[in-house]
Amino acid sequence: MMVAQTQRPDRAASTPQLVVKDLRKQFDLTRSVAGRLLGHQQYLKAIDGLDIEIARGTTFSLVGESGCGKSTVARCIVGIYKPTSGQVLFDGVDIAQMRGRKVMLPVRRRMQMIFQDPYASLNPRWRVSQIIAEPIRTHGLLPDRQAVQKRVDELLVQVGLAPGDGRKYPHEFSGGQRQRISIARALASSPDLIVCDEPTSALDVSVQAQILNLLRDLQEELGLTYLLISHNLAVVAHMSTRLGVMYLGRLVETGDSQLLFGQPLHPYTRMLLSAVPDVGGAAVKRVAIAGDVPNPISPPSGCSFHPRCPFVQDKCRMVPPVPSMVQGRLVACHVLAEHGELPA
Amino acid sequence: MSILRRFANSDLGYSFLHSRVVVAAAIVVAVVVVAAVGADALAPHNPFDLASLELFDALTPPAWEAGGQWIYPLGTDDQGRDVLSAIMYGTRVSLMVGFASVALSMAIGIPLGMISGYFGGMLDSVIMRFAEIQLTFPAILIALLIDGIVRTALPRDIHSDIAVFVLIAAIGFSNWVQYARTVRGMTLVERSKEYVQAAQVTGVHPLLIMLRHILPNVASPVLVIATIGLALAIVTEATLSFLGVGVPPTQPSLGTLIRIGNDFLFSGEWWIATFPSVTLVALVISVNLLGDWLRDVLNPRLN
Amino acid sequence: MMQEAAAHKTASEAAPLLDVRDMTVQFFSRHGTLTALDNVSFAIRPGEVLGIVGESGAGKSLTGASIVGLLPDSGRVTAGEIRLGEQRIDNLDRTRMRRIRGREIGLIFQDPQTSLNPLLTVGKQLVQTITSHLDMSAAAARQRGIELLRDVGIPAPERRIDSYPHQFSGGMRQRVVIALALCADPRLVIADEPTTALDVSIQAQVLALLQDLVRKRGLAIMLITHDMGVIAEVADRIAVMYAGRIVEIGPVRQVIDSPSHPYTAGLMSAIPKLGDRARRLVQIDGNMPRLDAVPSGCAFNPRCPRVMDICRVERPQLRPARAGHAACHLYPALPQAET
Repeated sequence: MMVAQTQRPDRAASTPQLVVKDLRKQFDLTRSVAGRLLGHQQYLKAIDGLDIEIARGTTFSLVGESGCGKSTVARCIVGIYKPTSGQVLFDGVDIAQMRGRKVMLPVRRRMQMIFQDPYASLNPRWRVSQIIAEPIRTHGLLPDRQAVQKRVDELLVQVGLAPGDGRKYPHEFSGGQRQRISIARALASSPDLIVCDEPTSALDVSVQAQILNLLRDLQEELGLTYLLISHNLAVVAHMSTRLGVMYLGRLVETGDSQLLFGQPLHPYTRMLLSAVPDVGGAAVKRVAIAGDVPNPISPPSGCSFHPRCPFVQDKCRMVPPVPSMVQGRLVACHVLAEHGELPA
Repeated sequence: MSILRRFANSDLGYSFLHSRVVVAAAIVVAVVVVAAVGADALAPHNPFDLASLELFDALTPPAWEAGGQWIYPLGTDDQGRDVLSAIMYGTRVSLMVGFASVALSMAIGIPLGMISGYFGGMLDSVIMRFAEIQLTFPAILIALLIDGIVRTALPRDIHSDIAVFVLIAAIGFSNWVQYARTVRGMTLVERSKEYVQAAQVTGVHPLLIMLRHILPNVASPVLVIATIGLALAIVTEATLSFLGVGVPPTQPSLGTLIRIGNDFLFSGEWWIATFPSVTLVALVISVNLLGDWLRDVLNPRLN
Repeated sequence: MMQEAAAHKTASEAAPLLDVRDMTVQFFSRHGTLTALDNVSFAIRPGEVLGIVGESGAGKSLTGASIVGLLPDSGRVTAGEIRLGEQRIDNLDRTRMRRIRGREIGLIFQDPQTSLNPLLTVGKQLVQTITSHLDMSAAAARQRGIELLRDVGIPAPERRIDSYPHQFSGGMRQRVVIALALCADPRLVIADEPTTALDVSIQAQVLALLQDLVRKRGLAIMLITHDMGVIAEVADRIAVMYAGRIVEIGPVRQVIDSPSHPYTAGLMSAIPKLGDRARRLVQIDGNMPRLDAVPSGCAFNPRCPRVMDICRVERPQLRPARAGHAACHLYPALPQAET
């Protein structure tokens, strides 16, 4: 953690940890070479112009149904995918168009990721201590073997495991314990930002509670910034400071988490919230939901939610809505932009 | 001892000990390998020590046949060489060529497959198209081609000295595609796994990711192919030697022995060709059985 | 179990459709014998939805598989009995079991992708299933298939019946799987995580459909899921499983709102709820024991906040606790029942 503090620029205190500007990512789905030559190219617009701002020490969540592009956003930010266009400003420095491993390394140390599948995210042939030490070794953070070992033991304790667990292999642990190992690895290089991609969706509820509590404790203790990707609205509500609701590669509603959960405005956010089966019981009023998520390869014209929207107007079918400020949050909806509220 | 006990208690060991065919195959392989490797000490004669050859004993039938002698258990060939000893020395050459060519195939195929699968794109297309082109030629043809080129390029006496290496190169180069394809497929699977992504996020060098993360996880299917590939390489070597483009007669392999014996098959001296052939078949079948068993045991989908 | 049987009478007079008593399932391997289900007892009446909840490895799916005879080769029901109506079904041979499966008990699995044959049209699969269970001509079976598709809410079923599974969306595919399960008009449907692979908006549609089927057809459903929210929506009663045992069973609102068993209580408060960021989640420390290392006495005792000495020694039986039953020493045997 010493390292993190000495390298952090002074001006950083006021700049947000992460700013994403007009991020776009297309996947080329053209199958054949002939198709490519003839210009019959098919693109999947996984992210279609996305803006996010995450303040230091807070949690920003992206929610949405499968295929909405939220995991692609996470992977563009940490650099597993190269964005097609747009900016990713980490501490004010654009990392989206950085080229070369050497240039990226200092940023990589400060940005880590926790993955969904606790079984696939740990190399089955490595010992746990090797797994956790990898970021330390890669960035040459500690001078010798003993120091690395000492740090690994500290990390194991920090995530609620025993120092002796480092000698074991991943298959000797349960799903929840493996996720703790993943967290220890993410913490190893003393990062500022951790991207959590569905960190608990493969876990049972009682274990999920352990992991969510751990993530919150670590945030308080280390001042971490989280980008949380999840389809579980209850988890998001529990964890987030701010939140963005995604639908087909775009944000439909962005704002303070409590505000959005307390009083959702966008028709899709409302629908999503009312669809969650809640242990609260039958008291919840359901908004009727029709239809499926459209195929992202050929999204609907105008507002991509219009075929399922009960408040659809002519304009929605033709012009894609631009996010605008309504009741303290950004909403991409023509009806809300014009009237400030949805018709009763 | 404890290693043996641990093996017996592991799933691999359990499945091994509970399959009679596999145990039998392993015993055959063990016997053949020990006899071949220890030929210098174990063989009753040195068939290539010209001084020890007795021309009077040429074409002696096996010991149990009329006219056989127990000092030549499996009989002798036309030059009085003990067939058993010749087999032991010949198997050594065969095994050596087999192992070395498999090692060469792996040394070419595994890195190319990993690079192809990991980086994808143009590099992948180029490597895989090249592999496919090579696949359209039978392995024997490629081996003959390489042998032919070396033969015309080098003077005859040098050629005899390096014949074994030419053979290894010929077989090794003709079999790398299978390793490359398998490793590429496995690499594609592993690359998309989150532990590789975690290493990428951390900024680990791609070369280290391939070496330290992916390679250990693609090792088991490679081991299976290598086992079956060993059998294939031994057969290929025997075929080439039988055709006369393999190792020189002064340093015969099993294939060479079979070719020599073949000349005597119709004149009644059946033992000269038969015993090397039986050894070859037993060895190849056993190695194949072991390979099949390994594939079944190591394949998680079947478990 | 006596008490469980007595409770049925008080809850409803109807005879149970499915009655599972003291079912024990064991797996045999060279490493030894594993008891995967230990004395599991429950009943489902017609028109009732029984939710089976528990964490992974608790034995929920295995319970469903044991009832319909779909255990892996190394597993066997070693004790107890299973009755469907008047008939005992735990001792049937494969052929007769196969006839019950599909005909009397419909099955819905988690992944609609794997439950359907990708090479056959939906209609072919429906007709095949219908004619194999019911004495019907192909034309009549097709007609019935169209009606079933309409019942499960597939628009324009006359046209859609000739589509292949991949031409349906995920939610629609799961509807087709439900239609397939209903082909022979079964009395009981076992649904194993039927909505887990679906998005929330689609999940809500499928749950509504299941509820609708119970109401219209008087179907009994055994709903296996790890999602408490799903159970709360559709189940009438809940059985909570832990380490191969049922630890609590009772009416849905009671088990969720005021659970009797400490495990259920922990589980309920561990679920994050919409709209409470401030609260730290209550967590049950530790993990569920592996089947080869179930502690003596109550399986939950090492993690239990209210553990007593007796919990480490004696295994608690299911006993009446409030309006349901719990296997916990906090609820001593009658007559001195007191919490």
